[in-house]
Amino acid sequence: MRTITYRDALREAIREEMWRDERVFIMGEDIAGYGGTYAVTKGLFEEFGEKRVRDTPLAEEVITGTAIGAALGGLRPILELMTINFSLLATDLIVNSAAKFHYMFGGQPEIPLVIRMPSGGGAQRGAQHSQMFESWYGHIPGLKVVMPATPYDAKGMLKSAVRDPNPVLFIEHELLYSIKGEVPDEDVEYTVPLHLGEVRRLGRDVTILTFSRMAHISLQAAHDLAKEGIEAEVIDLKSIRPIDIDLLIDSVKKTNRVVIAEEGWKYYGTGQGLAALIYENAFDYMDAPIQHITGADVPMPYSKALERAALPTKADIIKAVKAIVPTHVGV
Amino acid sequence: MPFPLTETMHQVMTPEGKIIGEVPLLSAEQLVKLYRWMVLGRAFSDRMVALQRQGRMGTFSALNGQEATSVGLAAPLQQKDWLAGSYREILSYLVKGVPMQAIMKLYRGYVSDDYSAEAHCLPIQIVLATQLPHMVGIAMALKYDRQPQVAVGVCGDGATSEGDFNEALNFAGVFKAPVVFVVQNNGWAISVPRSKQTAAQYIAHRGPAFGMPGYLVDGNDLFAVYKVVCDCVERARAGEGPALIEAITYRLGAHTTADDPKRYRPASDLTEWGKRDPILRFRAFLFDQHILSEKDNDVLHEEVTTEIEQAINRLEALPPQDCAQVYDLVYSELTPQLKAQRAQIMRELGRE
Ligand SMILES: Cc1ncc(C[n+]2csc(CCOP(=O)(O)OP(=O)(O)O)c2C)c(N)n1
Ligand SMILES: [Mg+2]
Repeated sequence: MRTITYRDALREAIREEMWRDERVFIMGEDIAGYGGTYAVTKGLFEEFGEKRVRDTPLAEEVITGTAIGAALGGLRPILELMTINFSLLATDLIVNSAAKFHYMFGGQPEIPLVIRMPSGGGAQRGAQHSQMFESWYGHIPGLKVVMPATPYDAKGMLKSAVRDPNPVLFIEHELLYSIKGEVPDEDVEYTVPLHLGEVRRLGRDVTILTFSRMAHISLQAAHDLAKEGIEAEVIDLKSIRPIDIDLLIDSVKKTNRVVIAEEGWKYYGTGQGLAALIYENAFDYMDAPIQHITGADVPMPYSKALERAALPTKADIIKAVKAIVPTHVGV
Repeated sequence: MPFPLTETMHQVMTPEGKIIGEVPLLSAEQLVKLYRWMVLGRAFSDRMVALQRQGRMGTFSALNGQEATSVGLAAPLQQKDWLAGSYREILSYLVKGVPMQAIMKLYRGYVSDDYSAEAHCLPIQIVLATQLPHMVGIAMALKYDRQPQVAVGVCGDGATSEGDFNEALNFAGVFKAPVVFVVQNNGWAISVPRSKQTAAQYIAHRGPAFGMPGYLVDGNDLFAVYKVVCDCVERARAGEGPALIEAITYRLGAHTTADDPKRYRPASDLTEWGKRDPILRFRAFLFDQHILSEKDNDVLHEEVTTEIEQAINRLEALPPQDCAQVYDLVYSELTPQLKAQRAQIMRELGRE
């Protein structure tokens, strides 16, 4: 095992997949000589050349459309969109083409396309540049949507995404690129499945359902709660679509209490979808109302102080847990 | 300037059937085959509209008037060349090798699982102009693999106002992708005339603006379309990059079976364009050259009618669409949620 950053883990996955399969290539804005806005593709242009590392004109719609075309033509493109915010210009291509072709073509072509893009706030990038849109794409049959939280998953899931025959939206988080974590040595080949979540911490008193950067905040909250005798189980969903329903329902049936912690907006988003699934599948096991921690229901403020206030925190999670876990627990 | 603006419209045969340009080198047999495709296209279109009226087909876009462009853009292509168009390019798809039955199935609500992959056509695109980025991507893949194939992307005049059209041309120019863009300028985008899509005189002028040649061609002149498409395709095949073709034609029918063009365009238009009918024009040439007799022509029409009727009979004898298949085709494999939905419906239908 080694300790490397999330960014390096992504780069290793891309590099290894490009060596493994010459049909894998990467394209995007500023990804070649510049190495990508978040330096994920640094050095790959020098290593693989311009045929396989392509800087494109500034046009998200057509970049996405051509990547879909390249996948139909038998290649395995990894497309980097500068951020998920700009993917809105390509939404039609993602929803109406990538997600539909396998179906509309009577099951014939595969669309082995990966679209990588960072999401999320916390880096003072303002209202148009700090958003979480996984629930929009998670709504669409035909897409796979994953959000790895650790370097280990980032590498293993990106490798799986490249090998997957379906279009995969691989959503990173702006504040995760520099975090470090354990990853197997370079000569150890591994992949992580795209459809499974993971219990990050076992607990008996409450289940915290979370994903992406909030998985780390939730673990910190669970750590603090443990000092007070409350044992929280933390589930990192890792995949938004498909969703690992069994994992979360089994946990809820055990703890009977749920806190959902996400960074995005509250209404009609991922968390409310999860809440509905829990009511459908585990209503009789619930001992308390679901608590839902989200970002503030406003465009992300540009002010550093206000942005901090708009994002959900460890304290928010702890408070939500305490609101539904009886005080005698652990005392 | 590397590519000059085109001002002249390529024409080989005048509307009266007079040869004024170079006729492509085609055998009598090939000429009759091209003519047969045009006849089939119109008969197919008329029949689909009639079936829609009887509730036996879904909404259909008649292609009447555009047969020369539709056939002329597809006939020069090799089997492994790619083609993608919109709802108006059905005839091009037939020429390219998509089985008539597969197209009819789509309009009758089936999942078209016999949509031949060998034909190298994408599913019909409903979101305007999106097929163009896809074709640029396919062309890039062909170039990546050093395949001698080309991709042809077709759209209407209205679609040229979309971002996708312009972005695709720009992209193709930058990457010198082996792709040919064909615009079927039929004068209308539903009720909006061409003059309201762009203030430019010709769409073809955008070719030079994106670093590729732009050609204007008489879209009702099969020879002219065939010739210009051949030239552009061979040029792309030779690695010289993309080209844009604007074929000037006219939509003789309604936009779709859901619309009445009498509400927005003068009847005189139809009289004018009726005189330039692409099928009559080509037939005059075949008669004149004694390649086709009146009697051959009657036989050909009968054969075409039989072919279409047989396809309809086969189609209407099919069992209804299997609903299980709808779940099976969403991903390359069933996800747990789809599996559960599929199992539930199968249980409810007593099929498990
Ligand atoms: C992106 C998009 N916007 C609007 C429509 C609705 N629409 C369908 S056909 C059409 C007109 C298209 O005209 P044109 O491109 O000239 O093609 P034609 O119908 O003449 O073949 C419109 C506006 C659509 N299908 N897609
Ligand atoms: Mg039109």
